[in-house]
Amino acid sequence: MSRAQLLDSADEAVTGIEDGSTILIGGFGLAGMPFDLIDALIRQGATDLTVVANNAGNGEVGLAALLQAGRVRKVLCSFPRQVDSYVFDELYRAGRIELEVVPQGNLAERMRAAGAGIGAFFCPTGVGTPLAEGKETRTIEGRDYVLEYPIKGDYALVSAYRADAMGNLVYRRTARNFGPVMATAATTTIVQVGEVVPIGALDPEAIVTPSIYVDRIVQVEARHYTVEGAR
Amino acid sequence: MKASTGSTSGRVLTMDELAAVIARDIAEGSYVNLGIGQPTKIADHLTPEQGVVLHTENGMLGMGRKAEERLGDVIDADLTNAGKVPVVETPGCSYFHHADSFAMMRGGHLDVCVLGAFQVSRTGDLANWSTGRPGDIPAVGGAMDLAIGAKDVFVMMTLFAKDGSPKLVEACTMPLTGVGCVSRVYSDHGVFDLTPEGVGIRETYGVDEFELRRRLGLDG
Repeated sequence: MSRAQLLDSADEAVTGIEDGSTILIGGFGLAGMPFDLIDALIRQGATDLTVVANNAGNGEVGLAALLQAGRVRKVLCSFPRQVDSYVFDELYRAGRIELEVVPQGNLAERMRAAGAGIGAFFCPTGVGTPLAEGKETRTIEGRDYVLEYPIKGDYALVSAYRADAMGNLVYRRTARNFGPVMATAATTTIVQVGEVVPIGALDPEAIVTPSIYVDRIVQVEARHYTVEGAR
Repeated sequence: MKASTGSTSGRVLTMDELAAVIARDIAEGSYVNLGIGQPTKIADHLTPEQGVVLHTENGMLGMGRKAEERLGDVIDADLTNAGKVPVVETPGCSYFHHADSFAMMRGGHLDVCVLGAFQVSRTGDLANWSTGRPGDIPAVGGAMDLAIGAKDVFVMMTLFAKDGSPKLVEACTMPLTGVGCVSRVYSDHGVFDLTPEGVGIRETYGVDEFELRRRLGLDG
């Protein structure tokens, strides 16, 4: 992987995303959601997208805005239904979007597997439930497991707290969530950060995502939104 | 885990009282995940002396209480619980990414997880993620991972549905979250241990054991 590019705008950061791409989008609710990159993706115009994310959007911002713009064919997520997920709910009920519900830990581990070069793995989550129907199972040392396959992205859109000019990343509090895993699981990882610092300014012991996983970085204004919006 | 107190209350417990009962039963120093909904109330009854460390699936150990503006907390949208409500840190807390958070869970490192339920079977099958009704949008979140992960999985629920039917049943009719995963049920009418030998009643509230067994269709 060549060195990460430091770009001047979110619009430059999302260039080249093709129709039909699979996009991994970080965030748990609004925490860690890469708003600026999603807004830029809406302007960029790519459509027929498959989105992998924990939720299916809140209110009419971020991921919800991308859905509302009609750019998403399918969502893989663990928890689409929230108090303010009405954009997704309406699209789903109208049959205008596909949904694959994945247990949250499987969502994370399947992306981890993709990033780590694992072909598939046996997981105890979901054994005997509707979400394991039709999947291969195996009993190992007396316990039942379900075969789960990796989820790989063409692009990952991630929000981090701070990057150095190499692309090393640190995150902030629970906004970290899926970011480090998604960064490993996509062909091209695009990161928005609140601050870019000089090489050497981050403590090497504290770096969460090493630069090798990061392809494009853009610094964005810190976004302020209401607490109510995060519920 | 403390031994059964065998206590019997003269009336059915409120969910808040039940949360206090569960908090009392969580061993000192346990690492605990409290599911979304009623189980989050348990946190209000844990004492500092218990030294319980709360895990939240979105990547934190040592989660503190809900942030409140009137207490002068900084409301921080980057720091939420699994229900996306802002919370505060406790000393010694740590953050980690989602794959680590669920590895912690699936790997059997958590001592106790307390979940809500639609139905629990006598053999510990859990149904708490989908009503199975057509038209409902399915959403599982971390429920299936939590159900099979912790060393002890407790359920906190009302014992009877609004239509009066028991929620502790011979076999779940709703879609399963996990098979044979629940070890204890805390309910407003009593506390039950689910064991290979059958259902044991630890405590009853507002009803005697004989009547409770009759209403649940339990033998003897």
